[in-house]
Amino acid sequence: MDLGFLIEIIPRLAAGVPTTLLLVAQSLALGFALAVVVALVRLQPNPLGAGAAYGFVYVFRATPLLVQIFLIYYGSGQFRPVLEDLGVWVLFRDAWFCAVLALTLNTAAYTSEIIRAGLQSVPLGQIEAGRAVGMSRLQLFRRVTFPLAVRQALPAYGNEVILMVKASSLASTITILEITGIAKTIIAASFRPVEVFVVAGAFYLAINFVATRAVRFAEHRLATASAPTRAPAAPTRQLAATR
Amino acid sequence: MSLKYFAGLAAGLVLASQVAAQEWDTIRVASEGAYAPWNFTNAQGELDGFEIELMRELCARMDAECELVSQAWDGMIPALLGGRYDAIMAGMSITDERREVIAFSRPYATTPAIFVAPADSALAAAGLPETRVDLAEVSDEEQALIDQLRTLVDGRTVGVQTATIHENFLRESMGDVTIRTYDTQENLDLDLQAGRIDVALADQSGWQPLLEGEAGDDFTRVGPGFSGGVFGEGVGVGLRQEDTALKEKFDGAIQAALEDGTVSELAVKWFGFDTAATP
Repeated sequence: MDLGFLIEIIPRLAAGVPTTLLLVAQSLALGFALAVVVALVRLQPNPLGAGAAYGFVYVFRATPLLVQIFLIYYGSGQFRPVLEDLGVWVLFRDAWFCAVLALTLNTAAYTSEIIRAGLQSVPLGQIEAGRAVGMSRLQLFRRVTFPLAVRQALPAYGNEVILMVKASSLASTITILEITGIAKTIIAASFRPVEVFVVAGAFYLAINFVATRAVRFAEHRLATASAPTRAPAAPTRQLAATR
Repeated sequence: MSLKYFAGLAAGLVLASQVAAQEWDTIRVASEGAYAPWNFTNAQGELDGFEIELMRELCARMDAECELVSQAWDGMIPALLGGRYDAIMAGMSITDERREVIAFSRPYATTPAIFVAPADSALAAAGLPETRVDLAEVSDEEQALIDQLRTLVDGRTVGVQTATIHENFLRESMGDVTIRTYDTQENLDLDLQAGRIDVALADQSGWQPLLEGEAGDDFTRVGPGFSGGVFGEGVGVGLRQEDTALKEKFDGAIQAALEDGTVSELAVKWFGFDTAATP
């Protein structure tokens, strides 16, 4: 291990951090929005819609992300005339679009399952209470069901965020120069993979450290919102114990 | 455990490694399997191509048992240094940069690097002469041609395989271009066909599957073929620097195969033209 070389490549790899962050942020934002829609379609009563939503989730969870990225990027190149007729080739021509699309669809599939589980875990009593005070269906969803579901789903979603940070490295296979892409370029010229991957790995570690902290902070905040219901319960139990 | 035991063990190990280093009756050779017709993976999933046949020929001449290992291009040199195999035969050009890290046998083949662009592009329409330029000694006329080429590709998106001499040439000699790098020549071909890149630089032999394939008429060579200089002296067997005995064995076998025309014969079979290095 060459320490001088290790220090020398830190700024070069750091240049890839904004690209990785942007890739992950865009995919997570779009993926979350899509996931909510997919989860809701899956839970509504129409079997056709629910089946289609399940099909989407199944396909994107059961195939490797690398295969999805390759199919979307190189596969779309094979259908260029068709895509040109549809006017969407401009989008598919761009490697960035293909990477964000693949990551978005992939995370949406996983996240929709997390959200579905969250939605199903909302106690019926809470929903009935909302109905009792005369909330409309939309109000009920916005103010009761969705916030409770998100709180329930947050730990699992934090996991998904971490997985996405790591998965973004696969974008390097379709010419995007994020952290891993730059790492490969440096290795190509220096033939020293160990130092390069040590530094690249450290960057992912740092990003995920911040991400884990952010999710934990959000969990904490949402938990305090529900604290009043839990707080009075504790002293009674304590009293019972001392008596 | 006694010191004697350790000493004996150490002596045994040293002896064993010396025997292995001297004999070379088995050699593990790595190839990429994605660079037709040099080396590729055939329909049966086995490595095949010019270098695979040449390897068998050389191993027979060296009286050695050769074991073929498949390895992705970008990890080719690190894995050699890590001892996963003993030799590389993967269309690897001999360059000074690589020589700092590994050793090479004498070259067994040499082919020029050429630009390829869609046949209906401005680059193709320019009609540059398809001469051969040796970058080790560039005449004024050739320099003018290189400058003309640079103006043509200026501002365009150029594709190239990662970690190749072609990538180095683009970065050093082609000015203001957007470079897109690919892990394999096959993926480079796909993106050129998809129109995501305007033009691409690769070895003439590497272009053969595209130019002679179904879509071959849609693409054309642009300008001269480059060799020498940053492109190195040809393609050779990559070896660890300390394995001097192995290098001698390969050198001898290659020299003999070049002299009796075996390499030329194989080259014509796989490339359609003679790519053999001068003996």
